[in-house]
Amino acid sequence: MLQIPCPWCGPRDEVEFRYGGQAHVAYPEDPAALSDDDWGAFLFFRDNPKGPWRERWVHVAGCRRWFNAVRDTATHRLITTYRLDEPPPELP
Amino acid sequence: MTGRRVEVGGAGVDRARPIGFRFDDVDREGLAGDTLASALLAAGVDVVASSPILGRPRGIVSAGSEEPSAFVELTEPWFDPIVAATTVELVEGLAARGRPGVGRLPTSPPPERRARHVHRHVETVVVGGGTAGLEAAEAAAARGDRVLVAQDRPWWGPAIPDPEAQARAARLAVADDVTALASTVALGVYDDGYVVLLERGGDGRDRVWHVRAARVVLATGATERPIAFADCDRPGVMLAGAVRVYLERFAVLAGQRAVVFTTNDGAYPLADRIREAGGEVVAIVDVRDDGSGNAPPVSGIEVLRGWAVAAVEGETRVRAVHLVGPGGRRERVEADLVAVSGGWMPSLGLYRAIGGGLRPDERLAAFVPDGSGPPWLEVVGAAAGEGLPASAPFWYTPAEDLTRHVVDLQRDQTVADVLAAVEAGLRSVEHVKRRTYIGTALDQGRTSGHLVAEIVNAALGDPLGAQGPTTARPPTAPAPFTALAGVDRGELLDPVRTTPIHRWHVANGATFEDVGQWKRPRAYPRPGEDLEAAVLRECRAVREAAGVLDASTLGKIEVVGPDAGAFLDRMYTNRMSTLPVGRIRYGLMLGLDGMVVDDGVAMRLAEDRFLVTTTTGGAAAVLDRFEEWLQTEWPHLRVYCTSVTEQWAVVAIGGPLAREVVRAMGTDVDLDASSFPFMTWREGTVAEVPARLCRVSFTGELSYELHVDGRHGAHVWEAAIAAGEPYGLTPYGTEAMHVLRAEKGYIIVGQDTDGTVTPDDLGMGWIVRTDGSDFLGRRSLERPDARRPDRRHLVGLVPVDRSTLVAEGAQLVARGDADGLGGRPAPEPVPMLGHVTSSYRSAVLGHPFALAMLRAGRSRHGEVVDAVAHGRSVPCEVVPPIFWDPEDARRDG
Ligand SMILES: [Zn+2]
Repeated sequence: MLQIPCPWCGPRDEVEFRYGGQAHVAYPEDPAALSDDDWGAFLFFRDNPKGPWRERWVHVAGCRRWFNAVRDTATHRLITTYRLDEPPPELP
Repeated sequence: MTGRRVEVGGAGVDRARPIGFRFDDVDREGLAGDTLASALLAAGVDVVASSPILGRPRGIVSAGSEEPSAFVELTEPWFDPIVAATTVELVEGLAARGRPGVGRLPTSPPPERRARHVHRHVETVVVGGGTAGLEAAEAAAARGDRVLVAQDRPWWGPAIPDPEAQARAARLAVADDVTALASTVALGVYDDGYVVLLERGGDGRDRVWHVRAARVVLATGATERPIAFADCDRPGVMLAGAVRVYLERFAVLAGQRAVVFTTNDGAYPLADRIREAGGEVVAIVDVRDDGSGNAPPVSGIEVLRGWAVAAVEGETRVRAVHLVGPGGRRERVEADLVAVSGGWMPSLGLYRAIGGGLRPDERLAAFVPDGSGPPWLEVVGAAAGEGLPASAPFWYTPAEDLTRHVVDLQRDQTVADVLAAVEAGLRSVEHVKRRTYIGTALDQGRTSGHLVAEIVNAALGDPLGAQGPTTARPPTAPAPFTALAGVDRGELLDPVRTTPIHRWHVANGATFEDVGQWKRPRAYPRPGEDLEAAVLRECRAVREAAGVLDASTLGKIEVVGPDAGAFLDRMYTNRMSTLPVGRIRYGLMLGLDGMVVDDGVAMRLAEDRFLVTTTTGGAAAVLDRFEEWLQTEWPHLRVYCTSVTEQWAVVAIGGPLAREVVRAMGTDVDLDASSFPFMTWREGTVAEVPARLCRVSFTGELSYELHVDGRHGAHVWEAAIAAGEPYGLTPYGTEAMHVLRAEKGYIIVGQDTDGTVTPDDLGMGWIVRTDGSDFLGRRSLERPDARRPDRRHLVGLVPVDRSTLVAEGAQLVARGDADGLGGRPAPEPVPMLGHVTSSYRSAVLGHPFALAMLRAGRSRHGEVVDAVAHGRSVPCEVVPPIFWDPEDARRDG
């Protein structure tokens, strides 16, 4: 079980959080303007890298806030977390 | 009977304190400090159990948790279906019997161990209370760390008692901020220093420790390897280190005439110990003939270098040992004990499970940590390979016939079985494991795993250590479910939520249904009524007079702020921002994929304030969804969401006489339809308390939902019951509610929908706005798949015989396709056209009816399809999904 540093509450057990998938996948400005393929790509396709990537978490049993994290999918190590209004850190 | 208690050794037992126990229905005596295994050996019990597949006799092999052989069922003082005798502390009155490698559940509830869970944060966890573990714990404590040190055995220090280690343990026991747990096994080490341990208290109480540590030190020691030879599974073949532990710790000599069979120097001192205790040592058989090793001379004992044990004689106990030497020379010696040492392997199960890697160590002929793994993890002592004797790489004694060279005693698998797996084309030890099941028994192959890996390496012509043993996974030791559950069982398994009216329901004979964590009345059967009769009576009352339902569990969320309307427009398919204050609007919520995920109504309480209701089960998910979108996509919207589910009790009164009932309760709100029409709400008092009255209906009847402060819920309910009595007001439960709403064709999200259903599939295209503005899921409704004309549509079904109740979940197939199911084999799979989602008997329709999702269902009205379930098919006519008051005259009245 990971120990996740919530940007608002500090380090807490993973059971207090819920996972939210890839980060920085913005809801399209005008979905109606997208082709079926583009909408399908937004809806169903996400990156799946081996190594560090950016992902979303929400502290459901704490402050109930969403935030982002960088986690290495190969080692399952959580490298850093950051607030939604902070610029995404470079991947190591 | 060859084992016996001796005069020398025995530092771990108290000879003055005999302990009575029972094994296989025979009363026995051991000593305080014994394990069940040492007491059995001392009592001369050779055969403890039998092997699971071949039924071969099984004795005691080891002195620890790596035991692959001596498994027992405990019946007193508590029950354990299967446990290694080497790990059971002897207590007065203990009763056990041998088990053939698999446990069995008792027929009546056994005496049970109680368990609770403990949570701790420390700087350092040390797993292992041997020499290295105690050193690490003391060093960490000296640094000022909070320390938790755990030892899987009941004693501290090495198994062979060591005064220095004991003094260290005594200091730790009284040190500040040190928690020292004996009889405690680390079940798993997980991410970021999270360690779960199981403490098996001698008092029958278990504790599961959840510890978060900044640093985890693994001092898990090393395990001695066996060597495979013919019939090496016979009682009397033991690990050499274990023979020594039984002698020095427990004063038990495991046999009278021993052969020591070794690949390393580590087993040599055992020979002297056996002789000091009065036993004989026939020979030390050392596989090494190359001059390696530096074993101290053992006076008067023959050392056979370059020899090996080829086989043993004896069924239930070793009687003789066959040796094979250089040039194929053979010898037979009388002996009743073979003490085997195939070298020592660092015990790295926990280390590997958290991602630590291994490298082969040629000197040890074993694997040691390669330095990888998480930065907070450290491996020390024998687990890191320190202090272990150099060993020759020798896994089994070569022979023509390898079919009795047992490798895994709990799976009855031999060297021949491993070679057959390789012969069959398997190249990975993980695959060999899955073919042979080696390493899948209770001991997870702690002693056999490495042998198998090296046998596979050799068979493939690969170098030593090319593949290591398979990865053991947590839990590292069997853990009883009672311990893992702790107090989370029975009533405490899950929180129970009840409404403010719950006590009335209980007092008035309600049967309950679990909806999420809520207890909701299912029905109120009267004496002599079964559930079906009660439901039909309740339904009829609502249709013909009036009924009252406790709807307090309805999810309620207040959505507040200047942008509340604009926000709800994005969340629901219909427009909420144009809803006037005082009005109510039904809404559907879609996933981004366009599928229905929840429904409910929105009431506009003020310009900047809405109350949104959700399904009982969907309340938390809907609030989460609101929060997610507000925080992650639209943080500029000025909106706050608050759950108010439990602040409001809801008493729903419906039926043709509902207006009279509410009037009789006493209210200052004008109930006249012209001033208080359907889908509006009014504020006022009812039964002398403030209330919000809402004209919404889930039954299709004239209905008033009375929303009152939760504290007034019971009062308003009882006022309704009293005032409604002359009108035949009848309390009804969720079962009648389901029937009534289905008669009306109202869906239940999650029952009639399953995450693959669009609004149009439900015939609810009318609720989807088409003004071009966006809402969640809108774009998906334009995907070609969402517009297929042959999607499944919500339809009604009426059985053709107008009497058979079809099963919910029944599959729908074309008429005639189901014939093959009547006994004749169907020629080929028949196309599935859909399935039944809701099916009920009706009090007012005169026949049972159902709702179903049916392919292109709206174009099939009037057709007959077969509903198939439980081996029978029921012909049903397809009809529109509304059976009651299609003009809505009753609802709107
Ligand atoms: Zn937080």
